[in-house]
Amino acid sequence: MTNTTHEWPLYEIFIRGQHGLSHRHVGSLHAPDAEMAIKNARDVYTRRNEGVSIWVVQAADIAASSPEEKGSLYEPANDKVYRHPTFFDIPDEVGAM
Amino acid sequence: MSDHLFEYLCRMGDNTLVLGHRVSEWCGHAPVLEEDIALANTALDLIGQTTLWLDLAGEVEGAGRDADKLAFHRDVWDFRNLLLVEQPNGDFGQTMMRQFLFDAWHLLQLKALMGSSNAQVAAIAEKSSKEVTYHLERATDTVVGLGDGTEESHNRMQAALDKLWPYVGEMFTSDDVDAAMVDAGIAPDPASLRPAFDALLDDVFTAATLVKPQDDFGHKGGKSGKRHTEHLGHMLTQMQWLQRAYPDATW
Repeated sequence: MTNTTHEWPLYEIFIRGQHGLSHRHVGSLHAPDAEMAIKNARDVYTRRNEGVSIWVVQAADIAASSPEEKGSLYEPANDKVYRHPTFFDIPDEVGAM
Repeated sequence: MSDHLFEYLCRMGDNTLVLGHRVSEWCGHAPVLEEDIALANTALDLIGQTTLWLDLAGEVEGAGRDADKLAFHRDVWDFRNLLLVEQPNGDFGQTMMRQFLFDAWHLLQLKALMGSSNAQVAAIAEKSSKEVTYHLERATDTVVGLGDGTEESHNRMQAALDKLWPYVGEMFTSDDVDAAMVDAGIAPDPASLRPAFDALLDDVFTAATLVKPQDDFGHKGGKSGKRHTEHLGHMLTQMQWLQRAYPDATW
């Protein structure tokens, strides 16, 4: 036996609910290749008319930040309130933003 | 004429009913979760198509029978499905080979029926063809993937093809019912679908490294209802048991 895995690779599935929206992560599934991952995603995640577009990407190809890096990644923004556009008075005529 | 049309609509509806039930037998048993859901979806598509065909058949017959009555209150000798679709599931490869052979014929059939002189037939064909286009794509990918896969998967797919091949010929045979449908412009001559069917099979089997059997012997008797295989009766005892035990039960 060679040291290859006999499991199908894991794919992360992204679906766009309607035109104009972004693709959203909806879950993951296994498939032998990307084409079949799209077909499987169609069967698993769009049975009730949920989507107009499907993206699949192998989970192994996603580079992710680590929870331990929370401090260095996000805390520096905490004390820089001037980065938030909260100091402007919004005219009433603009309405809801 | 309406007798022939009733007969023809039962053939269409019984094909999707019997195959839909067969495929549904995989629910909870497929090799992986994703295939399980995909097979269940296919089964549901086919049962949905059955409702359309058999409701129309009941309407044409004019004897007060609807799709449920036709599906659950007839016995083996009244079924008009192809012998291919009543064959047992076997292993997953055999199920997918049966699906591929049926889908390849089914899509050609539906495309031709979209031009039917009968507007209701054309409408059902158009709706069904979208679902069946997907069924065929999926079955094709699986046949190629497993045929051109490992030694074991290849051997199983070749064995499935050899086993099911004698049930292919029936799809292209003609009788009085077919002749009446052709005359009325309702349905195509079955034999006219064969060249496109063969061309598709040649492409797919080449990609799948499978060898199409040379023997063209074909079992007959399904669509005429004269001689079903023993498997259909066993299947109906499962499919119809509730209506047999409690006739006309509803919930």
